Amino acid sequence: MNHLLNYTLQIADNALILGHRLSEWCGHGPILEQDIALTNLSLDLVGQARSLYQYAAKVEGHGRTEDDMAYLRDEMDFKNVLLVEQKNGDFGRTIVRQFLFDAYHLPFYEALQRSHDETLAAIAEKSLKEVTYHLRYSSEWMIRLGDGTEESHRRVQTALDELWRYTAELFQPSATDEAMLAEGIGVDLGAVKSRWESTVAEILRVATLQQPDSNWMQNGGKAGRHTEHLGYILAEMQYLQRVHPGAEW
Amino acid sequence: MEKKNWPLWEVFIRSRQGLHHKHAGSLHAADEQMAIENARDVYTRRNEGISIWVVESKHIHASSPAESEALFDPANDKVYRHPTFYDIPDEIKHM
Repeated sequence: MNHLLNYTLQIADNALILGHRLSEWCGHGPILEQDIALTNLSLDLVGQARSLYQYAAKVEGHGRTEDDMAYLRDEMDFKNVLLVEQKNGDFGRTIVRQFLFDAYHLPFYEALQRSHDETLAAIAEKSLKEVTYHLRYSSEWMIRLGDGTEESHRRVQTALDELWRYTAELFQPSATDEAMLAEGIGVDLGAVKSRWESTVAEILRVATLQQPDSNWMQNGGKAGRHTEHLGYILAEMQYLQRVHPGAEW
Repeated sequence: MEKKNWPLWEVFIRSRQGLHHKHAGSLHAADEQMAIENARDVYTRRNEGISIWVVESKHIHASSPAESEALFDPANDKVYRHPTFYDIPDEIKHM
């Protein structure tokens, strides 16, 4: 197995799938300003995915392009974590999903900046500025909604309880994660986890939300075993390239 | 549930160091923090700014159009307030 290729795809797939989910809000945001805010996050993530797919294609060296990586791989080939493919639900649920991922994404990129792989380090450095804003945005909304009205509190607490089961996977090292860490290219997920835990505990406290105590966790995304939702995402996202192979703008 | 609109905010953007903040437009936001973030997302996505001011629209006091004659017309016939009566020597450029 080409671990560097696999590792780059893990990071890229997270960004693309979450970016695609957020793009579904385009034209449907609760108000115009938040519609634009969510699609801005989406564009940041799709941009990160592009840089990573370009690098993945180069690492693979079989003449595939970034578009092949995004549009012509099947569900089992996608290595994103289950959290990012979960449905948008209402605005509160989208925020909870975003917050849980941002709280991981920021320390992840911070550590990846020190990767021995220069390209990954450079992509991490560039992405870090974007992700810093993402976490700020989603944290503030967690607080506003959690410490808001009775209804907003109920909705985000419910979303938190439902999405919590997808959080452990973020820190469960795949064989690729372990191999890359050993080579000084990958990130130590244990260190990322402790950062994540303190961010989440702090924001939930301020937001007056209850941290779920359930230990029942789902995983499989990094190995290509996905929830039912990813297939629908890919069906929509890849439709054009599948029906009109090679179509370009 | 009661549906209330978020307050309106006026957005001022400074495009470059040394320039003034200029009025860019307005937007809705629940509080000042959200107003700045919304302004960032709505008005600076194409590199328009390096600094943002927001102020709730209700705090802006404006002159009334009905008073414009009294306020502004008297300045019309006082040409001597404009520095147009000096001969500038040719040697001085950039005036």
